[in-house]
Amino acid sequence: MQQSNTYIIVYSAVLTIILGLLLSGSAQVLGPWQQEAIALDKKKQILGAVISAEEIEAMTPEEVNAFYSSRISSTVVDITGKEVTTEGVSAEKVEIAKDYKKAAEERAYPIFIFHAEGKPEQVESYIFPMYGAGLWDAIWGYLALDTDLNTIAGITLAHAAETPGLGARITEGKVQERYVGKKIFDESGALVTVMMQKGENKDYSSEPHKVDGMSGATITGNGVNNMLKAYMGCYEAYIKSKSASKVVAVL
Amino acid sequence: MSAETIEKSVAVKPAEPLLSKRRRKLISDPLIDDNPVTVQVLGICSSLAVTTQMQPTLVMAISVIFVVALSNFAISLMRNTIPARVRIIVQLAVVATLVTIVSEILKAFAYDMYKELSVFIGLIITNCIVMGRLEAFAMGNKPYDSMLDGFGSALGYSWIILTVAFFRELWGSGAVFGIPVFKYVSSLFGPDFNLATNGLMVTPVGAFIILGLIVWVQRTKTGYVEH
Repeated sequence: MQQSNTYIIVYSAVLTIILGLLLSGSAQVLGPWQQEAIALDKKKQILGAVISAEEIEAMTPEEVNAFYSSRISSTVVDITGKEVTTEGVSAEKVEIAKDYKKAAEERAYPIFIFHAEGKPEQVESYIFPMYGAGLWDAIWGYLALDTDLNTIAGITLAHAAETPGLGARITEGKVQERYVGKKIFDESGALVTVMMQKGENKDYSSEPHKVDGMSGATITGNGVNNMLKAYMGCYEAYIKSKSASKVVAVL
Repeated sequence: MSAETIEKSVAVKPAEPLLSKRRRKLISDPLIDDNPVTVQVLGICSSLAVTTQMQPTLVMAISVIFVVALSNFAISLMRNTIPARVRIIVQLAVVATLVTIVSEILKAFAYDMYKELSVFIGLIITNCIVMGRLEAFAMGNKPYDSMLDGFGSALGYSWIILTVAFFRELWGSGAVFGIPVFKYVSSLFGPDFNLATNGLMVTPVGAFIILGLIVWVQRTKTGYVEH
């Protein structure tokens, strides 16, 4: 049977409508669960900068939420380090991916503060979100600094579409552990951050600003380096003001 | 002028049991004798890509079973209405819809898996097994038979990728389903004993080697030769 053109066109149109309804229906129905999963994942990533992946893995979603709300407080600053107090602005709501497209001066910079257990006034570390470009698509992460605002307490890195087994390894604990204990400022107080090197399995334990690279994923590594440098530069004013106030407090 | 898809006449008696001998064959044939991966050499791309660990491989296998069985079923239901000149597009649209639904479900209920597999779940659309079964079987057979055929083919694909993943994870990461087997075994032989893992297994090259070995063993047993 040879169908007429009209039949084919009507058939395609009806099929498109039915499939379209199916798709939008499923997206609509699953939407709330997806939002929840995304919010939970974000909290896990933030916490991942300060506690180990195994600990997070062992927690139920409710425990993650409870842990997050009891230990993490947040603030939003601008590029000059001043707190943004506009109504309705909260660190959880800032979408770094969207802000990334704006000029550095216009972005809002969320900061998450990790408090000691049972002592909400005592800060354990500061967590700075960041965003950048890897080899294929976006990469992002959270860098946690100790209270000296110089030593790296931990880092989580994530990506949209880096090559599995190569660039995608930035999400692995083994790679992220390499950053712990490194310094972002040099002795003169200039911002140098930490650079992932080319090649793998070299010892950089005596160099505070270098970490071992990922073999076969130099461009992703460079992306991480650029992201760290760019975003730490944006947070520098806040970091400097915090460390200055601390010196005053000690005096 | 394009060729019409000719409906193969399969003799079905009025009340054929749900799992008659012929239908069981639809499922069992693709497992060994007509395996889509090792005999028909389809779906190689994803069997190389997702098989570094057991867990994502299992999720991938379940997703493929779901998509192939349901798309075979849906296309078979529609087979007499599909205009021959646009049939590939119609098949693609149905498959793409099912794949998107799978990916949305994973996003809602298994977000970690979704992050790890998202690209490859999307690529099920281009998995040759799906289109192959639609063209070769679903366009010419009844819905229930087509679903069984799709289920069988996807099962044939699944056990192969799970086998590959088992050896790749075991030798590459020293674990099975994330359980560090090598560490436990090493500790039995004293504190200094350490079973080494092979980095090659983590790369796609490792999958080629394992897949090649499976094909070798299988063809030795079944006596299959390429014509």
